[in-house]
Amino acid sequence: MAKKISILIVDDEESVRDSLYSWFKEDGYQVECAENAKKALLILESSSFDIILADIKMPGMDGLEMLRRIKALKNDSIIIVMTAFATVDTAVQALKDGAFDYVTKPFDPDDLSHLIRNATKQISLTEENEVLKKKVVSLEDVEDLVGNSEEMKKVFKDIESVAQSNSSVVITGESGTGKELVAKAIHSNSPRKFFPLVSVHCGALSESLLESELFGHEKGAFTGAMYNRKGRFEMADSGTIFLDEISTISTKMQIDLLRVLETKSFVRVGGNKEITSDFRVICATNRDLKSMVEKGTFREDLFYRLNVVNIHIPPLRDRIEDIPLLVEYFIKKYCTSMNMPPVTIDTAALKRLEEFQYPGNVRELENMIERAIVIGNGKKITMKDLPLQRTIVSTSIESLDDLEKKHILHILNKYNWNISHAANALKVDRVTLYNKIKKYDLKPAD
Amino acid sequence: MSLQNITLISFGYFERDFLKYVAESVEHEFRISTIIKEGHIDLSEFYDPGRRQYNGNYLLKEVDHKFSSDSTKTIGLFSVDLFIPILTYIFGQAFLDGRTGIASLYRLSNERYGMKVDNTGLLDRFRKEVIHELGHTFGLLHCHIQTCVMRSSTYVEDIDQKSHNLCANCRTALNMV
Repeated sequence: MAKKISILIVDDEESVRDSLYSWFKEDGYQVECAENAKKALLILESSSFDIILADIKMPGMDGLEMLRRIKALKNDSIIIVMTAFATVDTAVQALKDGAFDYVTKPFDPDDLSHLIRNATKQISLTEENEVLKKKVVSLEDVEDLVGNSEEMKKVFKDIESVAQSNSSVVITGESGTGKELVAKAIHSNSPRKFFPLVSVHCGALSESLLESELFGHEKGAFTGAMYNRKGRFEMADSGTIFLDEISTISTKMQIDLLRVLETKSFVRVGGNKEITSDFRVICATNRDLKSMVEKGTFREDLFYRLNVVNIHIPPLRDRIEDIPLLVEYFIKKYCTSMNMPPVTIDTAALKRLEEFQYPGNVRELENMIERAIVIGNGKKITMKDLPLQRTIVSTSIESLDDLEKKHILHILNKYNWNISHAANALKVDRVTLYNKIKKYDLKPAD
Repeated sequence: MSLQNITLISFGYFERDFLKYVAESVEHEFRISTIIKEGHIDLSEFYDPGRRQYNGNYLLKEVDHKFSSDSTKTIGLFSVDLFIPILTYIFGQAFLDGRTGIASLYRLSNERYGMKVDNTGLLDRFRKEVIHELGHTFGLLHCHIQTCVMRSSTYVEDIDQKSHNLCANCRTALNMV
C-alpha cells in the first residue's frame, strides 16, 4: 500500500525538464513537467503533487510568484525552488514565501537525492501525524462498544473475524445500537488501522451533495466550488470508508457506487481524470436491504457487492443483561468528563432502566444517564432523575413498530411537526427522526 | 521484434581484455549474448566549454539514433566526463525501458580522487555501471536493496558498496519483461 510520490517539474529549459524527468523516473517517482508557471498552475487545478520543483527565472510569471499562488491554494504543498543565478535575497524571499528548500543549478546528484529524501520524509511525517491524531480519536470511541450478553459476544466475534479481511461489511441494527462503533472497531483491528476511517452519513445529504462529498469536485464544477476538493473515497485511500444509512441513497447513486466498488476508480464532479483509491467499504442501515431489493428500491447487484459479511447488532431491549454494564460505563464516562467523582445508582432506578423498552437503544440509555448525572444530586441516581414517565408497558397485542409509530406521531403533533423539537423530546437525532417518518410514512395530516 | 543480443559499443580507446571482461559479466547477468563493437563520434560536438564536460543527454540521443536498433539493447562506453544540465556530473544514463544507455569510465578511477591506481577496482565499478544502465533499458527502476546493482549510486563509494548482481526482486521483474 506504499504511496507513490508524485513530482511536478516546472522549468522553461527543455533539457532541464528532460534530465530531471529521467532521473526521477528511474527512481520510481510519478513525474509530470510544465514549461512555465501558467501551465503548472493549470495542471495543479486538476491534479495534486507531493513535491513541486520549480525554476525561479522563467518568462512570464516567475517561480516566486508561482510559489505564492500555489501556497495560497494549498498551504501544505512542498515546493523546492531552483535557480542558476543564486542570490541570498531570492533565497531568503523564497523561504519566506514558504519554499521547502532552495538549490542552485547545477547540483550534485547526491544533493538532489538528499533534497527529495528530505521532502519525502516531511510528507510521510505530516501524513503519519494526521493518521495518528485520527487513530487516537477512533481508539477512544471504540471503547463505547460495551456488552457481555451472548448477542454482543457474537458481535465481538464477528468483528474479530471480519477485521483482518478486506471484505465489504453491512452492519444492520436499529437506530442507536452502535453501528458506527462497530465500523470503527472493525477498522481499528484491521491492517488498515493506520490509515483513515472516513465516515459519510448518506441520509443527511441530498443526491448532488452526496455525489460531491463522495467523489470530490473540481474548481468551478458548480456554483460555490471555489477550489478543487478531494472526495471521501479519495480521502479513504489505504483506509476504510463507512457509509451510514446506505438504504437512503438514490437509484443513480446506487449505480455510481456499484461502479466505484467494482473498479476502485472514479472521476471528480466536473473533472475528467480517473482517480484510483484503495479503500475498504463498510455500510450500515437500520432497514432491511433484502426486502428493499425484493421491492425493487435497492439494486440487487449492489446489495450482493456490499453484503459480503453481515453483522447484526441486536436492539437493547433484547439484551437487558447488558444494561447494568452500560449504565456503569456511561456513569464513569460522564463523571470523568464532568470532572466529578463517580456517582452510584439505586437498585430501584436500575431495575426501572432494565424494564424500559428503549426505542432509541444504547444512545437513548446514554442520554438518560448523562441527563441524570447533570440534574441529579451528584451522589446517587434515583428514580426522580430518570425521564421514564413515558415508559410504555406493552400489554396490548400491538407490535413494537405500531407503538413506536404512535408515539412518534404523538410527539410530532405535540411540537407542531417541528423536527428539531420533536427529535429533542424523543432524544434521537434529526436524521433518525426523518428516517422514522419515512419508515412509517408519517404525515402532518395523520 | 525479439531481442537478439546486447551490444556494447566503445567510443575511444578501451583495452580489449577490459571490454571482454565487462561483456562476460553482462552476458552472465542478463543471460543474453553480448557483443562488443567499436563506434566513432565526433565528441567535440557534445563538448560544453562552459562546463568543460560532455552533454550526456545529447550523447545518449546520438548513440540511440545512429547505433541502436530495436532488436538489441545498446550501451555506449565512453571515457569522458559526462553531465546533464541539472547535475554536476553523471556516471551514465539510459532510456528507461528503451533500447539505449551510456556509461563513462571518467569518474570511476581511484586517481580521480587522489587515491592509488586500482585497475581491478575500476573494472569492477565499470561493469556495475554498465549492468545498471542496461537494467534501466529493461525497465528496472532504482532498487532499495543495499547490494543490488540497481541501487542508485551518486559516489564511487556507493558503487563499491553494491554487488554487480541483480537482487531477487529485480531479477523477477526482469524475467517478467
